[in-house]
Amino acid sequence: MTKEKSATKRRVKFTFQPQLIKEPVIWQLGHQFKLVTNIRRAEVRENVGWVILELEGQEDEIDRGIEWVLSKGVRVDPVSGDVLEG
Amino acid sequence: MAYVKALRCKQCGREYPAEPINVCEFCFGPLEVAYDYDGIARAISRAKIARGPLSMWRYAALLPVDADNAVDLNAGFTPLLKAKNLGRLLGLSELYVKNDAVNPSYSFKDRVVTVAMTKALEFGFDTVACASTGNLAGSVAAHAARAGLKAFIFIPADLEHGKQVGAAVYGPTLVAVKGSYDEVNRLCSELSDNYPWAFVNINMRPYYAEGSKTLGYEVAEQLGWRAPQHCVVPVASGSLLTKIWKGLNEFAALGLIGSVDTKMYVTQAAGCAPIVDGWNSGKMLIRPVKPNTIAKSLAIGNPADGYYALTTLRDSGGSAVAVPEEEVVDGIRLLAETEGIFTESAGGVVISGLKRLVQSGLIKSDEVTVAYITGNGLKTQETVEDLVRPLIIEPTLTSFQEALKGR
Repeated sequence: MTKEKSATKRRVKFTFQPQLIKEPVIWQLGHQFKLVTNIRRAEVRENVGWVILELEGQEDEIDRGIEWVLSKGVRVDPVSGDVLEG
Repeated sequence: MAYVKALRCKQCGREYPAEPINVCEFCFGPLEVAYDYDGIARAISRAKIARGPLSMWRYAALLPVDADNAVDLNAGFTPLLKAKNLGRLLGLSELYVKNDAVNPSYSFKDRVVTVAMTKALEFGFDTVACASTGNLAGSVAAHAARAGLKAFIFIPADLEHGKQVGAAVYGPTLVAVKGSYDEVNRLCSELSDNYPWAFVNINMRPYYAEGSKTLGYEVAEQLGWRAPQHCVVPVASGSLLTKIWKGLNEFAALGLIGSVDTKMYVTQAAGCAPIVDGWNSGKMLIRPVKPNTIAKSLAIGNPADGYYALTTLRDSGGSAVAVPEEEVVDGIRLLAETEGIFTESAGGVVISGLKRLVQSGLIKSDEVTVAYITGNGLKTQETVEDLVRPLIIEPTLTSFQEALKGR
């Protein structure tokens, strides 16, 4: 459970606002960070788009990659939706 | 015995053995329990159900666990009350309130947690966990105490003190996470990948969610073995709505009730209404939102079953309504003052939402309508604190008479 060296996979859902739909965010994520991106499901409409994918890499690299995606204005969620419940 | 055939992906239909998993390895879609309905049909009848315990376990054949070893605090079989006063006020002659606020830990979550906890024991887990802002925390902590399981309850650090007490009293390890709503969510999802625990609404979710079907079964039985014409439901993740619908349809498929001609309705507070927004957009698409509502138990910005809630609305011919924040308390008051039931803010959303549905003509006066009340008002007293305006008097008759004159 140490974060430093372990290679791992994380399943995430990216939701894109309209202005970001045309940007190659996932391509950039795979090039700027040592991460393998593996898309499993996606849907893009005129006003919103989402992608469900798996990220594979070092735990801390995944964290950095997700921070970068968030900084682009993309929403990042667990694939199963919110786990916090009322 | 449980009549479970497999877990099945709701997206691509792939099947998996009934294990502690919740996501399809292929498409990452959610998994749902698939049953041997022929076996259930041979085992179940109205008479057998009626002879069963006065709890949700009377429907054990339709639950994915072995009921003989249930972790049971006697959840379910809560009152279905004919709401004559509220009905008269709203112009409904056949209005019923399903009062699930009187469950063992005072919310409907006991129905799902009793199933998840029983399954966790079957799988051999010694620790259970959840992330919650209130009702789920209390229910998991209570059932874990009953089962003798260790419990980790993750809560946002700014959670109201009263709600922390409602979980802490049962002796779990309470972990207060500093951070935003989204950060708490992401952390808990990561934790579930890293710890060999039964997370009731993550790796136990396919089993957990099935407990909500009993809110469909019970209402049908209590109405004299028939489905209502309208179900008005408070919606957070969307799971409850879809499972009530599933429960009614299972009863019909098994011949326990006639055909289901029920319209399902989503009610959410305007400060967190991603499913209502998705419905109104007409696109069957959920856009996650940042919750900002006093209805904390419905504050789910990225609902796990949001899409399936939309398909339930479509399939049942129902609709969705968002209640302005200021009408949430109005709904709490209306139910309390007309029917003597004190509900939490989610119930306020249901009652104010029902009012709007009637006003918009979607529910007619003589149609059998059930409003689902899923949590107890004693848990969210702060939302109605300003109703406390007693007449303050001296201990004399004159003082009382003076005070009465001033009213």
